[in-house]
Amino acid sequence: MKLKTFAGGLHPPDDFKHFSNKKPIEVCPLPPELIIPLSMHIGAPAECCVKKGDQVKRGQVIATPKGFVSLPIHASTSGEVVAVEPRLSANGTMVNAVVIKPDGEDAWVDGLEGVDPEKASIEQLRDKIRDAGCCGMGGAAFPTHVKLTPPDDKKIDVLLLNGVECEPFLTADHRLMLEQADRMLDGIRIIMQILGVRRAVIGIEENKMDAIEFLQQQTQGSNISVTPLELKYPQGCEKRLINAETGREVPSGGLPMDVGCVVQNVGTVSAVSDAVRKGLPFIERVMTISGPIVNSPKNLLARIGTPISHLLEVCGGVKEDIAKVIHGGPMMGNALPDISAPAIRGTSGVLFFGKGMVKERAIGPCIRCGRCVGVCPVHLAPTSIYGAIMNEMVDEAQTLHARDCIECGCCGYTCPSAIPLVQAIRQAKAAIWAKKK
Amino acid sequence: MIVAVTSLGGVALAAAVALGIAAKKFAVEVDPREVAVMDALPGANCGGCGYPGCSGFAKAVVEGAAPVTGCPPGGGAVAADIASILGVTAVETEKMVAMVKCQGDNAKAKDKFHYLGIHDCRTAQQLAGGPKQCPGGCVGLGTCAKVCPFDAIEITEQGLAVVNREKCTGCQKCIPACPRSVISLAPYGATVHVLCNSHDKGPVVKKYCEVGCIGCTLCKKAVPDAYAIEKFLAHVVYDQREGSEAAVEKCPTKCIRDLGTQGYPEGSSFTMPAANA
Repeated sequence: MKLKTFAGGLHPPDDFKHFSNKKPIEVCPLPPELIIPLSMHIGAPAECCVKKGDQVKRGQVIATPKGFVSLPIHASTSGEVVAVEPRLSANGTMVNAVVIKPDGEDAWVDGLEGVDPEKASIEQLRDKIRDAGCCGMGGAAFPTHVKLTPPDDKKIDVLLLNGVECEPFLTADHRLMLEQADRMLDGIRIIMQILGVRRAVIGIEENKMDAIEFLQQQTQGSNISVTPLELKYPQGCEKRLINAETGREVPSGGLPMDVGCVVQNVGTVSAVSDAVRKGLPFIERVMTISGPIVNSPKNLLARIGTPISHLLEVCGGVKEDIAKVIHGGPMMGNALPDISAPAIRGTSGVLFFGKGMVKERAIGPCIRCGRCVGVCPVHLAPTSIYGAIMNEMVDEAQTLHARDCIECGCCGYTCPSAIPLVQAIRQAKAAIWAKKK
Repeated sequence: MIVAVTSLGGVALAAAVALGIAAKKFAVEVDPREVAVMDALPGANCGGCGYPGCSGFAKAVVEGAAPVTGCPPGGGAVAADIASILGVTAVETEKMVAMVKCQGDNAKAKDKFHYLGIHDCRTAQQLAGGPKQCPGGCVGLGTCAKVCPFDAIEITEQGLAVVNREKCTGCQKCIPACPRSVISLAPYGATVHVLCNSHDKGPVVKKYCEVGCIGCTLCKKAVPDAYAIEKFLAHVVYDQREGSEAAVEKCPTKCIRDLGTQGYPEGSSFTMPAANA
C-alpha cells in the first residue's frame, strides 16, 4: 500500500534511531546549576523579574511576557538565583540568562491549579496555556496560545498532530507517543475544543510502526485518527506535513491557517494537557541524547536550563574525543562551540560525533547538476539563490523566494560539490531583511 | 538611371533634414565642464565618492552638490584639476588609506571553533559570532580583499588581512564589507598604529590573543598627547601623532606597530617603500 507523502525531499540512508528508540524515558537528575535564557522562543524576549540573591520555587515565574507574541519563563526547580548575566545559549550566541543553584528541595510554587476543560471558556483555556509558557516543542518554539488564536476569517477544519520526528537520531516524540499517550490524547481533545474542529489526524512515519499500531488502537472509534506516512525528510516541517496529509499547499509567505489547518507537535499537546488540567508550567521535556560516541544514549526527561555537559554525563560520557556537538537534529540543528550551553524549551535532542563522522570537504564549484532543485521541498532553486547572494544580488535573491526557504538542509546534503547552500540562503535572508530596513 | 539617382538623393536629403531637426530638438544639454571633469577622474567607478560611478560624481561636483575633494582615489592631484576646471580653489586634504587594526592571525589568536563553511567573513560572523574568540579581530576569510577594486588587500597564509598602503586609494569599500569593523582609515603619513580592535578587558584579551591591546595605558603615559584609551583599547590620535613611535617599545603586548621601522605585519608579502617621507 502506497503511503501518503509530499513531493521533493529525500530518503535518509539510515535513520540512526536504533541508538535510542527502544530506551524508555528516563528522568534526568538535577544538575548543580541551571542556566535559563530569557530568550527561548519566537517573539519578544521576556522581561526578567528576579535578581541575584532571590529565592525561587519550582514553577515560579522569573520573567514576564512582553506583548501578545511572548511567553513567561519559569524556574525549573527551587533554589537561589546566583546571577542574571549573559551566558552562551544553545543557538551559539550570548544571551541574558537567569542562573539558579538548586537547593535540593525541588519545592513547587503555591497557587498552581488547573481548570476542567468541560467547564472552562476558550479564553480561560488559552490563558492557562499561555501562563504555562507552552510553545512548539518540535524545535521552533512558537508560542502555542498564539497558534490557537487564528483570526476570525480563517476557518480551521482539521487539527494535524506532528508525530513525524523526521530528523535522524531523535526519538523523544516516539517514546512519548508509546509511553504517555493518555496525556497526548487529552491535549489533542482540549485543542480541538479550543479551535472548534471535529477532526484530528496524527501523522507518524512508517519507521515507528509500534507507535502507529498502538495509537490506532487507542483512537479507534473516535474522531482522532492515525495516518502512517512514507519515511521521508523533511516531512516533519508543518507545511510539508499539511501537504502530505491533506494534499493542500500553503501559499508562499502564508501560514497553515490559510488552508484551514493547525499543526501541533505531539510533545506540545501533552504539555497543553498538563497546563490546563494541573496548571503546570513548561519546565521540563524529553530530549534524545545520542550519537555514535555516546556511551549510553538515552531519552531524558530533563529540566529546562540543564547544561548539555550534565546531560552527557548522565549518559555515561563519550567513548572518544568530541569532534562535533549538534543541538537538534543533524539536518537542521546547529553545531555548538561549547557544551556548557543549556538545554532550552526547543531542545529536542543533542548529538555527539567523533572525528570519523565529521567530513571536511573543500567547497567546489556548482556543476549545474540540478539535484538541489529536485530535492527542495518548497520548490526553490537553491543554486540560483547561492549564485545571486555570492554576487551581492540581494533583489534577485528575493525574487527567487529565498525567504520561503525552510532551511531543511536537503540541498546542502545532496550537493556533490559540498556547497553550504543553507548557509548561503541564510545569508540571503539576512541581507534581504537588512535591505528592508 | 536619373530617376534612381534623384529619388535616392531625395530620400537621403529628407533623412538629413530630419536628423538635423532631431539633433537640435532632442539635444541633451551637457555642461562641457562635466565632460572635462569626467576626463580628469580615475575612471574606476569605485563609488568611493558616494555617487553612482564617475559620471555621477562629475555631475554632482559641477552642480555644486559634491566637494572638489570628493574623489578619494583621485587624491590631491585630481582635486586640483577639478578645481581649475570649475575655477575654484581646492583645499588641501591629507591622503587617507585603509588599515586593518589587527595582528591576531592563526598563530597568535585563538579560535572558538573550527569553521567549515562558506569562505566569507560576513557569513562566518553569523555563526555564533564568528570563529575567533576575539569579538573584534580579523576573521581572515577575505571578504575585504574580494570587494577591493584596486587589489590592495591580501590575506596572509595565517589568515590575516593586510592593506597595501601604496595601492590603497582610500575609496572605503572595504570598511562596510568587514563584519567586525576592523578596518578604518588613517592618514598615509602616519606609520605608527595600534593594531587591535578588541574592547575586552586586559585579562580577557590575554586569554585569546598574544598581540592584543590590554588597555594598560603605558603608551599614553609615554606620549600623552599622541594616544587615547577608550574602553580598554588604545588608539593613536593622528592629529597629534608626533613622537608616537616612542610608545612602541613600551607596549607589553607589541600591539603598537611602527610600519616605518618594522614593516607590514608578519606574514605579509608587502614591503614599505625605501624612503618614507
